[in-house]
Amino acid sequence: MTAPFPTHRQEEWRYADLEALQPVWDQFAEPVTLTVGAGQELEEVWLATTDDVQLRRVRLALGEGASARLFALNTAPVYGRIELEVSLEKDADFELFAANIGTGVSTNEIVTNVRHVGEGGRSRQVVRSVLNGQAVGSYLGKVEVARGAQQTDGEQSVKAMLLDRGATANCKPELEIYADDVKCAHGASVGELDAVQLFYAESRGLDPASARALLLEGFVMSLWDSASDGGAIGEASREALRRVV
Amino acid sequence: MLNISNLHATVADKPILKGVSLDVPAGEVHAIMGPNGSGKSTLAYVLAGRPGYEVSEGSATFEGRDLLAMAPHERAAAGLFLGFQYPVEIPGVSYLQFLRESLNSQRRSRGESDLSGGDFIKFAREQAGLLGMDAEMLKRPVNVGFSGGEKKRAEMVQMGIMNPKFAVLDETDSGLDIDALKAVGAGINRIMRAPDKGVLLITHYQRLLDYVQPDRVHVLRAGRIERSGGPELALSLEREGYAEAAAS
Repeated sequence: MTAPFPTHRQEEWRYADLEALQPVWDQFAEPVTLTVGAGQELEEVWLATTDDVQLRRVRLALGEGASARLFALNTAPVYGRIELEVSLEKDADFELFAANIGTGVSTNEIVTNVRHVGEGGRSRQVVRSVLNGQAVGSYLGKVEVARGAQQTDGEQSVKAMLLDRGATANCKPELEIYADDVKCAHGASVGELDAVQLFYAESRGLDPASARALLLEGFVMSLWDSASDGGAIGEASREALRRVV
Repeated sequence: MLNISNLHATVADKPILKGVSLDVPAGEVHAIMGPNGSGKSTLAYVLAGRPGYEVSEGSATFEGRDLLAMAPHERAAAGLFLGFQYPVEIPGVSYLQFLRESLNSQRRSRGESDLSGGDFIKFAREQAGLLGMDAEMLKRPVNVGFSGGEKKRAEMVQMGIMNPKFAVLDETDSGLDIDALKAVGAGINRIMRAPDKGVLLITHYQRLLDYVQPDRVHVLRAGRIERSGGPELALSLEREGYAEAAAS
């Protein structure tokens, strides 16, 4: 049995392109469950496909002292959604590095719910969006810290770059904390390229278009620095950026 | 080589340069000294074409070409280099990539072919070595996590790689310890001391001029060149301060 079709009234589906999703819902509705046992490590790189609509729904359970590091590129031509439900037991470590690169009238979104269940867990989510035309890029990220999850260290860093007036970025980091000795940092910014960086690059001989492309590449590529093999996702994001700049 | 005539410029509608005239012939190093707020950095930015630095009057030509009509990247391709007082950090872009793309972009606009990846890396390592900079640092993102002194040294490595005809160096000596100062001074002499090149050295202090002998020294004050002289002018400024020197 598939899950009921979502509506915009559900907060986590608020910005979704439900019209695009409707015809393919049945294939995606059931989340994939990944379990990382105590002390185990997981690293995954999620590349985008060329399908118009791409949906990834993942439940990730991290056992005691387990660690998971995910690298995701979200750049669907029509609608892309990466949805993650993560639970962390004691001393578990979760990292997500993800990019929305959107062009035209596409909608790409990253929706996470990270639950710190045990104490001493650490989660870090870094999301960068680059959007042109009328593209929409969203990050809706909730971090929950359960009553007993003391010494949790949670971080959300969300930045979006809008290249055209018609593009939209939604950034919504959300915290729900029931423990009293935790650290949860979050930052969100939406902006344009830095004028001083642009001038610096141009003063070295780069024409304005190349300077912009280089800065945007830097904005996105730093996400993959800690990947053990960032080659494929690096190349894929360069290619996606070429479509956007 | 560089000819500046009656140059007026405003920043955020505030007049900063109020009629600067200056000629730097090929083969010469000129120093510009002056108190804080006199317009030294504004002059450097105007010459490099920084947006927001508006020229309201006067002219600046470089090898007979109208510098002010050119975009910043065209000035670079023409052979002008600005050494930044505060070099800019660019996260996610390695120095090697930044410099290779910049250099190749300059080469293309001059009708030269691109330098291959391997040739460029060899060349960049060599230039870094000449300035005493660890070549491994070129793999790091541009200026990110560099100390003040490392940034200034890296500016000189960039200058060595670009090999410009004319360099405007904006307080390249600030933030340097004595060893770095010597290395930077030697770098300026090595890269820029040539009969067909010129340098405009903006500085607060005499100490860089111990290593890079200027042919002329100019004092900029309240947006104008107030005095000009030989290298001895810098020494008397150091002794007496700008106020005394102005009165004498």
